[in-house]
Amino acid sequence: MISYLPYPVRIDDITLETEDGNLKTFKLVLENENDRQAWSHVPGQFAMLSLAGKGEIPIGIASSPTEEGHLLFTVNRAGVVTTALHQMHVGDRMGVRGPLGNGFPLSSDLKGKNIVIIAGGFAFTTLRATLLYLLANRSDYGKITVIYGARTPGMLLYQDELKEWAERDDLDLHVTIDREADGWEGLVGFVPTIAGEVAPSPENSAALICGPPIMIKFTMPPLEKIGWTDDQVYLSLENRMKCGVGLCGRCNVGPFYVCNDGPVLTRAQVLKLPLEY
Amino acid sequence: MKVYAFKQADLEKWVKSWTSTHKVYRAATQKSETCGAHAGWTEMTDGTMPPCGPAKSSVKTFYFPQPETMATFSAKKEDPDGLLMENQETPEEKQIVFGVRPCDGRSVELNNLPYVDDPFYQANRERTILVGFSCTEQKATCFCTQTGGSPYGTEGLDVALSQVGDVFLAEIITDKAAELVDNGDGLTEASESEIAELTSLRQAVEENPGHDESLKAKEMTALHGAPFWDKVAESCLNCGACTFLCPTCYCFDIQDEVVRGQGKRIRYWDSCMFPLYTLHTTGHNPRGKKVQRVRNRFMHKLKYFPDRFGPFSCVGCGRCIQECPVNIDIREVMVDLLAVK
Ligand SMILES: Cc1cc2nc3c(=O)[nH]c(=O)nc-3n(C[C@H](O)[C@H](O)[C@H](O)COP(=O)(O)OP(=O)(O)OC[C@H]3O[C@@H](n4cnc5c(N)ncnc54)[C@H](O)[C@@H]3O)c2cc1C
Ligand code: SF4
Ligand code: SF4
Ligand code: FES
Repeated sequence: MISYLPYPVRIDDITLETEDGNLKTFKLVLENENDRQAWSHVPGQFAMLSLAGKGEIPIGIASSPTEEGHLLFTVNRAGVVTTALHQMHVGDRMGVRGPLGNGFPLSSDLKGKNIVIIAGGFAFTTLRATLLYLLANRSDYGKITVIYGARTPGMLLYQDELKEWAERDDLDLHVTIDREADGWEGLVGFVPTIAGEVAPSPENSAALICGPPIMIKFTMPPLEKIGWTDDQVYLSLENRMKCGVGLCGRCNVGPFYVCNDGPVLTRAQVLKLPLEY
Repeated sequence: MKVYAFKQADLEKWVKSWTSTHKVYRAATQKSETCGAHAGWTEMTDGTMPPCGPAKSSVKTFYFPQPETMATFSAKKEDPDGLLMENQETPEEKQIVFGVRPCDGRSVELNNLPYVDDPFYQANRERTILVGFSCTEQKATCFCTQTGGSPYGTEGLDVALSQVGDVFLAEIITDKAAELVDNGDGLTEASESEIAELTSLRQAVEENPGHDESLKAKEMTALHGAPFWDKVAESCLNCGACTFLCPTCYCFDIQDEVVRGQGKRIRYWDSCMFPLYTLHTTGHNPRGKKVQRVRNRFMHKLKYFPDRFGPFSCVGCGRCIQECPVNIDIREVMVDLLAVK
């Protein structure tokens, strides 16, 4: 039977991620031992963050299942619930309902493959979870390439981790910003351009792409030019949600329920669906 | 299965006897009768027979009562467990809904396909006994047989009553209904010839034309991209009457409500006909245009749902046809869809 009751959690830490002050990462700890035992997710899944009296919102799980003891959610301040969340403090209690959705097929279709992660803006969250999972199970995968872009250096998420990953030699990391900025010595250019320059080989590979629709649209041609096909490309859809379990109706893209059948699907699948996302 | 036979006066007496142990509802016959929680229905005190055709309001009010409390919380700051959700309580009080038409009975079974794991729907099913009435007459807007149903259908019903000549036969379908019969003392079992007569009435109903299978065989994209949607949607007012009246429309919204420090998370009916239903926080709306919403409603009922679960998500009760202020007719849409190559 479905449970609509969120698990009680305590806010253990809050990190301000970006210079515009709009993105914060919330570190949440499940309060009950039973819930901690029961919790199990895969990267790419999401959960409902529940603020009693305000509402529930779907947010991608930014922590990897290999990070034990807490859950991370990186939240952009947008409307009623996200604004209330941004006003919460360490030690406050709230609720989490999930995990929900399917997640990336990391232990099935993607196992043994070269993985290319392409992210733009704050859509990096579930791909951060994915990357940590890949690194914790490094020998199960081939080459790992990460292309991540933001508007400015100050808009990049998880900056400490980006520095650590840059040091690793089992990971090919390309971090870019849209325009030249003082003190920035890394790549400059839009994600699609950088993807074209890095030109990851499609051979035995899969690409996981999350970002604004316009970025995804322009990232495809350079990949297609070097032989990538739509069934190798995994995307994550977003639609308005309430129940998260395929019943309240609103998240459907034609026959596809983003909450239950997704949010992850291949580009080949997306192209068969009506434009209702 | 036991089948009992009644004269009308005895049937009315039998039905009336339930009111001493259960809440018994029947469709209201006039506005002034309607009871608070279930608009269009009233508590029954006698054995009144239902009029022809489906009741104005469908039985979904008993399976999706609104508002339905999903959880409660204390909204007092000083409460140490304040703002934590508790009590996913499900209702238990027994109720009987009398005189339901076979289309509405079937809707309970169809909605059960997606809602099989929903604790509230299941609890409401558990506590509700549906006493159906076969239709000897149909209204002009009835088309249950086109959707896989029948005026003598019993799907979803616990007891099916049918008029055969001047007797009424009661088929006791589920174990749940057995409590209405007790040990059967004082009731008369139907004779073989009466049962045979009911069987032949049932068999005389036109066969399922299999429109659900025909549409399942068609490409989703061909139906979605068909040229007639603009014409269908043109006059729609997006009033949502069709979805609220429909027994098989089951979408809901969830809201938190706080009254004097006591909070509730509630769900209540929502409609895919409303633009707010799909509106993103960013302002983007994936079904911002009327034609997209109208198409979604029909595609869900006639294509997406059958592709996933088998049958149409429509029982042919005709309520949406009868009450739509601009006369949009799902039967015409079905014909249009069946003609798509
Ligand atoms: C799978 C998925 C993953 C996501 N991951 C992330 C992520 O990692 N990080 C991130 O920042 N964002 C993410 N989002 C987007 C995020 O869910 C939205 O930004 C968020 O729901 C906005 O909530 P809000 O309350 O701030 O906005 P609002 O527009 O105020 O409201 C949205 C929600 O609040 C309630 N609500 C408020 N007002 C109304 C009203 N008038 N009518 C009806 N309901 C109302 C409802 O619960 C509604 O669903 C994700 C979305 C999806 C679908
Ligand atoms: S779509 Fe119309 S005819 Fe079909 S079940 Fe709903 S209200 Fe009745
Ligand atoms: S009842 Fe008719 S006008 Fe109203 S939303 Fe439904 S189809 Fe449109
Ligand atoms: S969020 Fe309710 S159906 Fe997907």
